Amino acid sequence: MATIYIDNKPYDVTAGKNLLEACLTLGLDVPYFCYHPAMGSIGACRQCAVKVYRDENDTKGKLFMSCMEQVRDGMRVSVADMEAKEFRAHVIGWLMTNHPHDCAVCDEGGSCHLQDMTVMTGHNYRQYSFEKRTYRNQYLGPFLNHEMNRCIQCYRCVRYYKDYAGGKDLDVFAAHNHLYFGRHEDGVLESEFSGNLAEVCPTGVFTDKTLKQHYTRKWDLTTAPSICHHCSLGCNTIAGERYGTLRNITNRYNGEVNGYFLCDRGRFGYEHVNSLSRIRKPLVRSQLPEATDKYLALKAAASAVKAGRVIGIGSPRASLESNYVLRTLVGEDNFHHGVSDMDHDLTDLALRILREGAARTPSLREVEMADAVFILGEDLTNTAPMLALAVRQAVRQKPLLEQVSEANIPVWQDAAVRELVQTEKGPLFSATFTETKLDELATQTYFASPEAIARLGYAVAHNICLDCPPVEGLKKEEKKLAGQIADALLAAKNPLIISGTHCGNERVLKAAANIADALCARERAAGIVLTVPECNSMGLAMLGGHKLESGLEAVLNGYADTVIILENDLYRRAGEATVTNFFKACKQVIVLDHLHNRTTETAGILLPAGPFSESDGTLINNEGRAQRFYQVHPTAEDIQESWRWLSELGTIVAHDEISQWHGYDDILRAIVIELPAFRGIEAVAPTSEFRIAGQKIPRASHRFSGRTSILANVNVSEPKPPEDPDSPLSYTMEGYRGQPPSSMIPFFWAPGWNSNQATNKYQQEVGGHLKGGDPGVRLIEPSGTGEFSTAVPQNFLPLEDHLFMLPLYHTFGSEELSIYSPPIMERAPEPYVALNAADAMRLKLEDGQTLHFTIAGQNYDLPVKTSPHIPSGTAGLPIGLPPVPFAELPAWAILNRNLKWKKQPQTTF
Amino acid sequence: MLTSEEIQKIEHEISLVPTRKNACIEALKIVQHNRGWISDESLKDVAEVVDMSPAELDSVATFYNLIFRRPVGRHVILLCDSISCYVMGYESIRDHLYSALNIQYGQTTADGRFTLLPNCCLGTCDCAPALMIDNDLYRNLTVEQLDEILTKYT
Amino acid sequence: MELPLTQHIVPGRKPLSLKEYEKVGGYQSVRKILKAMTPVEVQTLVKDSNLKGRGGAGFNTGLKWSFVPMGPEAATPKYLVANADEMEPGTFKDRLLLEGNPHQLIEGMIVAAYAIQATISYVFLRWAYKLAAQEITQAIQEAQEAGYLGENILGSGFSLEMHLHTGVGRYMCGEETALLNALEGKRANPRAKPPFPQVSGLYGKPTIVNNVETLCNLPHIVNNGAEWFKGLSQSPDSGTKLFGVSGRVKKPGCWELPIGTTIREILEEYAGGMQDGYLFKGLLPGGASTDFLVEEHLDLPMDYGSIQSAGSRMGTGTMIILDDQTCPVGFVHNLQHFFAQESCGFCTPCREGLPWVEKILLAIDRGEGKPEHLLTLDFHTKYLGPGNTFCALAPGAMEPLQSALKYFREDFERHIHEHHCPWSKVWQPSI
Ligand SMILES: Cc1cc2nc3c(=O)[nH]c(=O)nc-3n(C[C@H](O)[C@H](O)[C@H](O)COP(=O)(O)O)c2cc1C
Ligand code: SF4
Ligand code: FES
Repeated sequence: MATIYIDNKPYDVTAGKNLLEACLTLGLDVPYFCYHPAMGSIGACRQCAVKVYRDENDTKGKLFMSCMEQVRDGMRVSVADMEAKEFRAHVIGWLMTNHPHDCAVCDEGGSCHLQDMTVMTGHNYRQYSFEKRTYRNQYLGPFLNHEMNRCIQCYRCVRYYKDYAGGKDLDVFAAHNHLYFGRHEDGVLESEFSGNLAEVCPTGVFTDKTLKQHYTRKWDLTTAPSICHHCSLGCNTIAGERYGTLRNITNRYNGEVNGYFLCDRGRFGYEHVNSLSRIRKPLVRSQLPEATDKYLALKAAASAVKAGRVIGIGSPRASLESNYVLRTLVGEDNFHHGVSDMDHDLTDLALRILREGAARTPSLREVEMADAVFILGEDLTNTAPMLALAVRQAVRQKPLLEQVSEANIPVWQDAAVRELVQTEKGPLFSATFTETKLDELATQTYFASPEAIARLGYAVAHNICLDCPPVEGLKKEEKKLAGQIADALLAAKNPLIISGTHCGNERVLKAAANIADALCARERAAGIVLTVPECNSMGLAMLGGHKLESGLEAVLNGYADTVIILENDLYRRAGEATVTNFFKACKQVIVLDHLHNRTTETAGILLPAGPFSESDGTLINNEGRAQRFYQVHPTAEDIQESWRWLSELGTIVAHDEISQWHGYDDILRAIVIELPAFRGIEAVAPTSEFRIAGQKIPRASHRFSGRTSILANVNVSEPKPPEDPDSPLSYTMEGYRGQPPSSMIPFFWAPGWNSNQATNKYQQEVGGHLKGGDPGVRLIEPSGTGEFSTAVPQNFLPLEDHLFMLPLYHTFGSEELSIYSPPIMERAPEPYVALNAADAMRLKLEDGQTLHFTIAGQNYDLPVKTSPHIPSGTAGLPIGLPPVPFAELPAWAILNRNLKWKKQPQTTF
Repeated sequence: MLTSEEIQKIEHEISLVPTRKNACIEALKIVQHNRGWISDESLKDVAEVVDMSPAELDSVATFYNLIFRRPVGRHVILLCDSISCYVMGYESIRDHLYSALNIQYGQTTADGRFTLLPNCCLGTCDCAPALMIDNDLYRNLTVEQLDEILTKYT
Repeated sequence: MELPLTQHIVPGRKPLSLKEYEKVGGYQSVRKILKAMTPVEVQTLVKDSNLKGRGGAGFNTGLKWSFVPMGPEAATPKYLVANADEMEPGTFKDRLLLEGNPHQLIEGMIVAAYAIQATISYVFLRWAYKLAAQEITQAIQEAQEAGYLGENILGSGFSLEMHLHTGVGRYMCGEETALLNALEGKRANPRAKPPFPQVSGLYGKPTIVNNVETLCNLPHIVNNGAEWFKGLSQSPDSGTKLFGVSGRVKKPGCWELPIGTTIREILEEYAGGMQDGYLFKGLLPGGASTDFLVEEHLDLPMDYGSIQSAGSRMGTGTMIILDDQTCPVGFVHNLQHFFAQESCGFCTPCREGLPWVEKILLAIDRGEGKPEHLLTLDFHTKYLGPGNTFCALAPGAMEPLQSALKYFREDFERHIHEHHCPWSKVWQPSI
């Protein structure tokens, strides 16, 4: 702590911070541009100038950039000083000499940091009367729009894109007042994190292109706190709606999880909600062709449930509540996980490791602090993008800890720190079967089969702690590498092991667990992060349930004849033939979902479920953090949350328990009472009765315009505002004006701060935790009761005429829902099969030629892409890319060599 | 495509610095020396050798005014337009060049012989006005000498 | 008069070869320090000599060195850079030393490198000095062959690499931290200070950047002592200095003179006074980024303190003369054009302010000026001061402008009121 005097008033501030951070934390309005809490200071924009006085007797003082001054005890500062104010106003004046003042037609208008700062400095009269410079804009791909004339040269874009996120294709060009921020030529921005530019840029240079398609000003959006549904990390988002369509996703700051950023899948994947494939009406197929109404559909479903022997198939992309109600409705014994059996086992294993292991799983924020990292079998950029971004920050930790503190440079002084550290990086080891974007940061990469990765992992663990089993038959280099990794991990303060379910090998997970536990046994503060397949995979695993296979068998064996499928396309979970046979064997198929797919096509009764933006619910991320997402807007009449459909169904069939429930809160309460694993979940967010000063929390800001005229084309008299029975949020602008609890912030706004930089006002300390604590409750803590695994696998052996097919994930394309977003679809690769270059040569195949193979009876004909890294004898098949049929990978593929000679047209599915 | 000689020279410069990127300006100089300017293609080729992305390298290349990212003539005339040459009346030299070569600043003669560029102080202010053509410095210039000087460059 | 820096320089003649240079006492200082002095002793000697940096800022050189971490714990390698970028308009003094006696610079660099225990050194030379590049390349090679550079110099255990680096343009490269970025193959944006280059400089290692002239003084200080150096000048500042004059004088040129020689003496005795038909109106005493001095200042001695107390700076010591037939608005416009072009674009006031100033000056010169334009110029001179901008480029640019507005304000006003340039000579900048 240090005491500083600002305009003669004493304040206690955190020592070591810079003066700008200190002022903002105190709630004082000091304008700034180039500073960003996640990226530190460079002193470029000169907007944050304040007066600093040498001592009490100094009355003149001198202007200093507050972002570049470290707070010192006893420091005397003036923000209000006339000269400082005048200078700050001039800085805006300078920036405005070339800014086009096109706010009226600018997408940033109303959420613009530049507008806010302009007003804050009091600059309102332009003296510049000469011509402005103009630029040509670039095409940057489907995500972002580029309008360079608005640029104020704060450098935040390059610093974010290049320095922070490791992007290579955006930079600053030229010099003096011809600076240009963009790509070196038109083209798609390559980074998976490019969308953050829209939030990082303080003005309208980089803006969300998807929002532009259906533009709405920030103040006219109805927004709700949400959780990203597109991977297992659970990044916090804000979803914005108008006139019944979802308009955009923006970051919702969570100091423990995603901080200021999102990945592009999370930001731009939302348009599945607006898709033409949406199911908007209930359907009872026997009553075709007309869609039916809600009550008839429920009645039909109820009679099917009453008449049949019912099983339920849950979903890792549905909320905990929906899965729980289904489980209750069909009974614990009849509840099956709607995931492939491999995913089922691996997620269970991951859960067990987190519970029984000795190492704790860190939050993303804590991952950034790791000073040695070992990744086993995961291509993070594609399976858990924001985790890859966190690892990027982590490799900076060691040099920061060592050199920067030695040279006495504060870590927020970004340029100086980078200069000092140069290209030095902390230890990062990566063992995968395919090239990844993190390879460039890695101290060493090891490309091998999953078995070999597991063996290396076991060997590392053995090197750390002799209680772990040794690995026989390692090559010399592998032994050396294992030793090197072990040494690096042992030398670190916060070593971190990362693995996950995506390489489809339980031994890899067990090896990772061994290493983490071995480090704990050696009394290191080790962490372990395990990624899991989907947004609620962890919740589903914690809920318990049977495998999908046993569910399918139950029907095929005649034990059951009716199935309720919750938000799930079984064709993505099991082989084509299996699923089709299953559906044939079912007497009645009831499906709840929001998008048409092959499963909904087979449904006898189809109930339109609300997607994430039309539902309330809880998801549990890979860390075991329970987080709540809220419905954004009232849904069309026939659409409702899956849990509501199922509760209503339960009530109609007079289910004992379910008929007792009267809404969301009751379901949550029932979960806590019945399942101890979820204790604590009631604290994730306030109950629906929560009010502040008797008021609800408004989803729309008080700047919302045209509220009463919004439906004037229908009726000029103002309709009654819709009610939200499930949460303390109101759907309109009416309600409490102050800051809500951190778990339910619908938008960041403060007087004078219309842009997302208003986040400052919601944090305890700038860039730190939200006031009242970051949202989410962790449900899993390690008990340290587990034992070291001894299941060292044999090494991988190639098989003649076979390829061991490994799963390849793609940020854009592998995930089920986001692919319905046109811009994401545009970024998805064409289907292919990855082949080791030497194997391709042996098979006489060149890039682009077709490889014919069969997995579990399913034929595939795909163009070859050679890879230098994928191990010989294995191959890689992209997961989830439409229209490639499902295969549970890894699995042996049989080569259909005889077909190879036939000249066939390029096959498409 | 860079020639093997170019690559060899660049590799030598790389051997003198901590990381490959640190030699990028030297690499650009080597290629520009051979080819007169840095085309988009050369930029990409150099970027690959020095382990940078084209954007990263272009960011450096476009910062400096003597890395030419547009084609130039066989000879580049750099006319000093800074203060001492201004006081000493360099404008008459400029105007003469304009009419003799029929080009303006930033342009190249139709026959590709000369490109004319303004340049800041050449550090020979006691002998103003001054200009440089390629590696040759001309001082205490008068309009009368110009035509003869120009004939030296083909 | 003793003129250590230029004693062996004869304009137009090839510089001394290594052999010739050794014959006149060259490299003696290297032998002396390697044999008889510790690095810290060299630092102290130079500090005591009160040698001030000749690159413009005039900071005590020995003191600057003393911030370099020394001893076995210090980061390695350490670097020494000779700043031979000389791109400030009106400045041409280092050229004389570079072309005239490259061995003197190399010798000075060895002394400086030894003093801070740097093992790698660079001459950062501006591209336009082609002759200097040749001479230095050759001299480095000679010195290398003679064992003054390279491993284990003269058997002392001290080693020093030396490389010539030629720039690719940009005045910013002369600013010492921007220079380091340029050397690293980056955009030549300046760096924030602290951390100072002495602690985290080239490649994040301890680094000293010294001006060519500063370095050339070192052999003589080592050979003759601090007291001798102080005695070279009659002013509080020690040593001699290269002074130059350009503009409408009879004999423009560059001369080594004791610090403290009066402006009048330099102008009249060395530069031969104004050309016939031209009258003196003002001068910039030390390059384009210093404040104007006028008639009343001519008897000031050229030393750091005196020039400063007259409201200007010694800068590089190379004067630019404004005569009565040159329009002061055009003159300042030309300077501001230069600074606006050479701004690196990193910080707002410099990047946006200088082009604005330039546009106003063009408007005024064209007769399109408005009275409020002068107010805009005034606030720029007020707010583009040191500390308000990221580096010293824009504050340097404001010096001639603010003093022109002070001494020649009437000329500015006449342009505005008469709606044309009284000199009828409007300067059209380049593209
Ligand atoms: C914009 C700018 C340009 C400069 N150009 C030069 C230059 O060309 N040569 C030089 O020696 N110093 C130049 N300097 C000063 C250097 O930053 C630095 O102070 C000097 O090299 C230190 O050497 P000294 O201590 O020996 O004077 C420049 C400074 C600024 C702000
Ligand atoms: S594009 Fe935006 S973020 Fe980048 S420099 Fe310009 S204003 Fe700043
Ligand atoms: S925020 Fe401080 S200089 Fe930009």
